[in-house]
Amino acid sequence: MEQDRIRNFSIIAHIDHGKSTLADRILELTDTVSGREMREQVLDSMELERERGITIKAQAVRVAWKGHQLNLIDTPGHVDFTYEVSRSLQACEGAVLVVDAAQGVEAQTVANAYLAIENDLELLPVVNKIDLPQADAEGAAHELAALIGGEAREVVRISAKTGQGVEAVLDAVIERVPPPSGAADAPPRALIFDSSYDQYRGVVAFVRVVDGSFRQGERLLAMAEGTRFEAEELGFLSPTMRATGTLEAGEVGYVITGLKDVSRLRVGDTLTSLERPAAEGLPGYKDVKPMVFAGLFPTDSDDYPDVRDALEKLKLNDAALLYEPESSQALGFGFRCGFLGLLHMEIVRERLEREFDLDLLVTAPNVAYRVLTKDGREVEVHNPAEMPSEIERVDEPYIRASIIVPKEYVGPVMELCNERRGRFDHMEYLSEQRAVLIYELPLAEVVVDFYDQLKSRTRGYASFDYDIVGFREGDLVRLDVLIAGEPVDALSLILHRASAYGRGRALVDKLREEIPRQLFDVPVQAAIGSRVVARETIKAKRKDVLAKCYGGDITRKRKLLERQKAGKRRMKQVGAVEVPQEAFLAVLNLDASK
Amino acid sequence: MSGGVRHLYVHLPFCGHRCGYCDFVTVVGRRGQHERYVDALLTELELESGLLAPHLETVFLGGGTPTFTEPAALRRVLRRMPRADEVTVEANPETVTPALARMLRDEDVTRVSLGAQSFQPNLLAVLERHAGPEDVRRAFYHLRDAGFDNTSLDLIYGIPGQSAADLDADINEALTLAPEHLSCYELEAKRGTRFAHAHGAELARQGEAMEGYFEAVVGRLTAAGYRWYETANFCRAAEATGGRDLRSRHNLAYWLGRDYLGIGIGAVSTVAALRWRNTPRLTAYLAALAGGARPPREIEELSAEIRGRERVMLGLRLDEPFPVNGEEHLLDANALERLSQLGLVTRAGNELALSARGRVLGGGVTADLLA
Repeated sequence: MEQDRIRNFSIIAHIDHGKSTLADRILELTDTVSGREMREQVLDSMELERERGITIKAQAVRVAWKGHQLNLIDTPGHVDFTYEVSRSLQACEGAVLVVDAAQGVEAQTVANAYLAIENDLELLPVVNKIDLPQADAEGAAHELAALIGGEAREVVRISAKTGQGVEAVLDAVIERVPPPSGAADAPPRALIFDSSYDQYRGVVAFVRVVDGSFRQGERLLAMAEGTRFEAEELGFLSPTMRATGTLEAGEVGYVITGLKDVSRLRVGDTLTSLERPAAEGLPGYKDVKPMVFAGLFPTDSDDYPDVRDALEKLKLNDAALLYEPESSQALGFGFRCGFLGLLHMEIVRERLEREFDLDLLVTAPNVAYRVLTKDGREVEVHNPAEMPSEIERVDEPYIRASIIVPKEYVGPVMELCNERRGRFDHMEYLSEQRAVLIYELPLAEVVVDFYDQLKSRTRGYASFDYDIVGFREGDLVRLDVLIAGEPVDALSLILHRASAYGRGRALVDKLREEIPRQLFDVPVQAAIGSRVVARETIKAKRKDVLAKCYGGDITRKRKLLERQKAGKRRMKQVGAVEVPQEAFLAVLNLDASK
Repeated sequence: MSGGVRHLYVHLPFCGHRCGYCDFVTVVGRRGQHERYVDALLTELELESGLLAPHLETVFLGGGTPTFTEPAALRRVLRRMPRADEVTVEANPETVTPALARMLRDEDVTRVSLGAQSFQPNLLAVLERHAGPEDVRRAFYHLRDAGFDNTSLDLIYGIPGQSAADLDADINEALTLAPEHLSCYELEAKRGTRFAHAHGAELARQGEAMEGYFEAVVGRLTAAGYRWYETANFCRAAEATGGRDLRSRHNLAYWLGRDYLGIGIGAVSTVAALRWRNTPRLTAYLAALAGGARPPREIEELSAEIRGRERVMLGLRLDEPFPVNGEEHLLDANALERLSQLGLVTRAGNELALSARGRVLGGGVTADLLA
């Protein structure tokens, strides 16, 4: 198709603001999906996505509207996938920015709108759910106008649920989103904005052709990774796969590669032809690195091979997931896993539990640290226990957080951010009632308990989003926990020096509560290097006897002792101290899932 | 044919009332049934007589409150008992009259174990004991007057509301009577008892404060010349009694892992590789024996391994070293090493001994030591 009859766009919305419903209505309205085929939220294909109301993997659907080819590129709906979102947006010229008429602008809307603006996208503001009784379409339209500039009256009001106004959205896409403007005769270049793994056909790349055209059977090259393969099939989704044999400049579609390893075809890479190669790849390729790490341990150590197999399978479809074997004194054998962010971690964990039926213990997450040692080595540390002892400096990842709250909660949010070593950047009022606060925060301060705190201090009103802004030096130390003088690897932490005393105290207090009294005094210490910052003693038991034991009691008493012994066997031995696994879990702030 | 069991336990379940903390098999009142019960008991003894050695070392009449049994019925039981070197009867203070004391003496009872529990009226009330401190003393003197020279007192400590001073006072009272033997138990609020219901929370609260009571009891009694020969049992040391060994021979048999026969409702027997417990239900027991049959029983098979473990568990309660006799497999070598380093256990050749502190922590130490 001629490029001036093509429009590539995506829909940006906060969770539950109606992105998927709008996509469904568009498919229906354009007869892409017949009524019989229609099922709610066609685009969110994975069970988990449907349940969580979010889209994990972006896909693209081609529809026809008034003589035009419209490609709707679905974006992942969450912060952790910012890079994927940005690649999806790079594949478009415009974006429909959807806001719930009853909820107004949310943090995620802000973050994604900024991303869209950074990618020079034409933004079409839309207020959805105007049919709801509690809808405030005017208020939401004003917030949207304040966010992206422009007039509230230009905002399209729709109900994706009833279909009201959806045609106007499609018309606006044709009128206002610019057509692609690639060089149709240049050597071909296509941006990979998503990929997925099909067990029969291998890796499927979702691409936006920028220049030139691609043909089935052609030998292709992924320029950054250097991966070569044959284009086994080309086509588009509508919403199922339709093979076309070619993809031309400006078009969006899929390429079946036959590759068996999703990590060889990374999102953001550029495809070109091996025979007619482009001189350089498209800008903006990034190797996305996990920022959040946590240990995953099977509840039952016999499940270890199953966890390994499951991670292998997930990895096929999730290039960002990292894992390596880890063994912990407290938790046995498991894996240290790296995730893009907290949601990514949650999703992986849920998929492991749900799709693979595994019971997992997940340790409190930590971030990636870049460490310069005294002898000049640079190491990236994913596990506090691996922190070198001779440290010159430590850099930690920072985020830029957008937090939207009703104005009466600005104070509590600022307080929270300050507690978490946040640096205030600026604040804007979206409306008279609501403000957006921009803070820079160490990611480490956000991965543990920040979101829950934010919600509880704002009675659930705050909405929060972030993106990673880079690594910065921090006054960070490793805090070790010693039980009866023995360091416990699983409990080491990296944290800011200023919070070391408080955390050390909390850890030691918790352990004193959780470790049963032993036959001898047990000192519990938290230490930075050789300096003890907190100490408690678990006093020895003063007595431990079965009061009476005569002829009628022997069986019962024997069983009691046997149970006691079995209980001891389940405990972890730290030196001479028996520590119940529960104590480790409580301290690691783990939650054992069923 | 005669077997080799030399220890006989006889259960007399009747009580005037049931104390809140009690979890023994007891039957309240039912005076009309005492004779029938004794009939059944003697029938069971007859049925099992083949297991007993020709001469018994010990007979122990426990309860319930054996001395609450109708005197005629009790006398009938005593008369039919096989001869033994030690015959013990448990008694509650309020049941001990001069006549009863004389009767026991006449029937060759050698030892009486008196359930004093406490000398503080308020604590006795908490325990729902009907006897007052005066009854305890009076009962004790009646026994002395009747010629008993081996009397044991039971004391309970860790009673809700009991202060350290109360404990001291109880020990003082007990020492004033100078009994040959003392059994001192920490009160347990056993699950399911009325007592646990009423006082469990309070006991849990006081737990820490009362933790030192056990050591205090041991300290006071040993200082007063008693031998702490078993976790909860003390007897006047041989030096003070001209060489008399005043340990309870019957209970020693349990702790040494010997076989014993128990008759009566709820009574337990352990003979070779079998342990059985008679039905705790009075009617079922009476019905079976009225027809000349053995009462319903719960039977447990005891492997050599289990009996070995029990020997360790019981043996370590005593002050004499435990003879390992080559049964190393019963012990956890690592735990032994660890506990030795902590000074809780000593191993010397064949013998395993707990230090004083090891004995105070005997439950945990034993659980650790068992393989």
